[in-house]
Amino acid sequence: MEAGGLAPSSVRPVVVRPRRQSSASWPLIDRVGYWLCWATGIALCLIALAIVVFMLVKGIAYLRPALFVKSPAPSLQQSQSGGFLDPIVGTLIITAIGTLIAAPMGVALAVWISEYARPRPLARIVESAIDVIAGVPSVVLAIFGLLVFSESFLGFLSQNAVNGSVYGRSFFAAGIVMAILALPLIVGSTREALTQVPDRVREASYALGKSRASTIRWVLLPSIRPQIASGIALGMGRIIGDTAIITILLGVTLTTQGVGGVPVLGTLRGTGSTLTSYVYNNSPAGEGNAPQKAYAAAFVLLMVVLALNALVTRLTGGHDRGGQLSALRRALTGRRRQWSR
Amino acid sequence: MQRGNGRREDQRTERMLGALAIAVLVLIGAMVVTVFVNAWPSFSSNGPSWFGPGGNVDTQLRAMQESTPLPGHDISYFRAWPLIWGTLLTTALAVVLALVVSILAAVFLTEFAPAPVRRTLEPVIRLLAGVPSVVYGLIGILALAPLINHHLISTSRKQSVAYVVQLNGADLTTATVILAVMITPIMVALIAGALQSVPLPWREGSVALGVNRWRTIVRVSLRTARPAIVAATVLATARALGEAIMLSMVSGGRGFAANPLDGLTFLFEPVRPLAATIVEQSEGLTIAPLAHTVYAMAAVLLVSAAGLSFAGWAAKQPLKRHGIRV
Repeated sequence: MEAGGLAPSSVRPVVVRPRRQSSASWPLIDRVGYWLCWATGIALCLIALAIVVFMLVKGIAYLRPALFVKSPAPSLQQSQSGGFLDPIVGTLIITAIGTLIAAPMGVALAVWISEYARPRPLARIVESAIDVIAGVPSVVLAIFGLLVFSESFLGFLSQNAVNGSVYGRSFFAAGIVMAILALPLIVGSTREALTQVPDRVREASYALGKSRASTIRWVLLPSIRPQIASGIALGMGRIIGDTAIITILLGVTLTTQGVGGVPVLGTLRGTGSTLTSYVYNNSPAGEGNAPQKAYAAAFVLLMVVLALNALVTRLTGGHDRGGQLSALRRALTGRRRQWSR
Repeated sequence: MQRGNGRREDQRTERMLGALAIAVLVLIGAMVVTVFVNAWPSFSSNGPSWFGPGGNVDTQLRAMQESTPLPGHDISYFRAWPLIWGTLLTTALAVVLALVVSILAAVFLTEFAPAPVRRTLEPVIRLLAGVPSVVYGLIGILALAPLINHHLISTSRKQSVAYVVQLNGADLTTATVILAVMITPIMVALIAGALQSVPLPWREGSVALGVNRWRTIVRVSLRTARPAIVAATVLATARALGEAIMLSMVSGGRGFAANPLDGLTFLFEPVRPLAATIVEQSEGLTIAPLAHTVYAMAAVLLVSAAGLSFAGWAAKQPLKRHGIRV
């Protein structure tokens, strides 16, 4: 894929690699550069190793099975302050809301940009708008969300404060804003995958009398399922890892606190916490200041993220010729369609 | 499916998808407009000197929180320079550090690393890119900051500035190092991709002329990929600008403008960027003057982010001339 724009992809040139020349004959400065490259590569591995080992040691030292089943409790004593059951449930809820909104929207947007894109100027504007969302800091999204969800006509998504104004902080609010955060990743992955589908596939489908819409639904989308899934997994990773939106839009309670009597809806309208905000609150920067709890929760968080990472590798493993970094790259840039076609 | 039906369904699908696209546009437009409308009172009452230096930001913010104007000033009096300076410092230093590291790492990954090493390094970079910022922040505040506090900052250095600011390891250095670790993987991924897509014949031509591999990389590959390196830097800068949680955890939590004239002590002075300040002040958004100030900070970030994403797009244009898509 990396060479796709340069040579006809059907004929891969046979590359005869000469024997590697030894760097011993190079001028000193070139050799310094060569060794610096090696040093950097190894240093990056060591940093990652240090992070994982540090979190592993701290995590295992402070992780107790009881932490998974107890709710957080306000207490200065570490043994009394409970576990992180509510934050784990909160993370699941937020991820579910965010993904359920972002996945269909992202795929639909990518299909429109890649397959329809009429009128063209509008398509270009939408593309740049999605680029802009990808670059907007999540704090800015969060305080924009707070403003929107504090509007009185959206009061049904959160709760009313004592003075009658809308509180604007709830699982709904945080989840919906999270969807905006994940959107560019899903659009990027899907759009890139759609550009990779050769035109002859579409033409074959049209020749069989299928309409455009059913070609997309029954031919194109099924053929890029792994890339869509990897985009969604990357989006979920972003949602799970984001803290700013949670601390601003999910309220300040560590336990899940529903509103009213309706079971599920009440919870979703209420406030709570996620693993990230739990870590933040229990770090020295937050109010709780219980490093042990923070380490244990951060360890769980890291494991979840690692699992998602492995999932992305599995999903794209057989499809990427550009190596394991291409999923990350795709999500970051979301390649543009070739407009000349 | 029937043919006539298909045509109508086609139109319907196109309209629905188009409507969705327009809805997203409207949402973005609404966001920009809302943030600016809410920011305007703060900008208009302070004028251009909003961006300038003047007094202690934390005192000004506290005055707004407590609704007691500072003596001789308006309630919305605010001078954001220490925060802007903190943003510029952390972003610039981290990006420069990450740029050097990631160019070397990308060259290593694409040119020198033997296959087994490459197969290790790629997941490592993905891992570093995936670690949540709050975990980076935790490591920064609980591991790196104490390390710097105990081993790098001498007691005499602490005493030398004790009358203005307390040095405790949560400082510019910690913030920069962790921020650099956070943005390096993004840059490595993008730069390595660009290096891979440099046409092979160009490199072969150089090697065939007797130029050694290192010089070929520097003179041919890196030069061709220069626009992509700029684009990667721009993207990483946007990330660094917007990083809030990690920075609010490790950067010392004081709106202090670290002074380069302090010599080496400068590196150990606390800073707090705009994004981190927004997170810390988000509790007080019901207080009007404070909310306007916070939205003004958000507006500054929004403009910078939009400007950067345009700059990244512009930087990539020369590559397309060569038929390289990055």
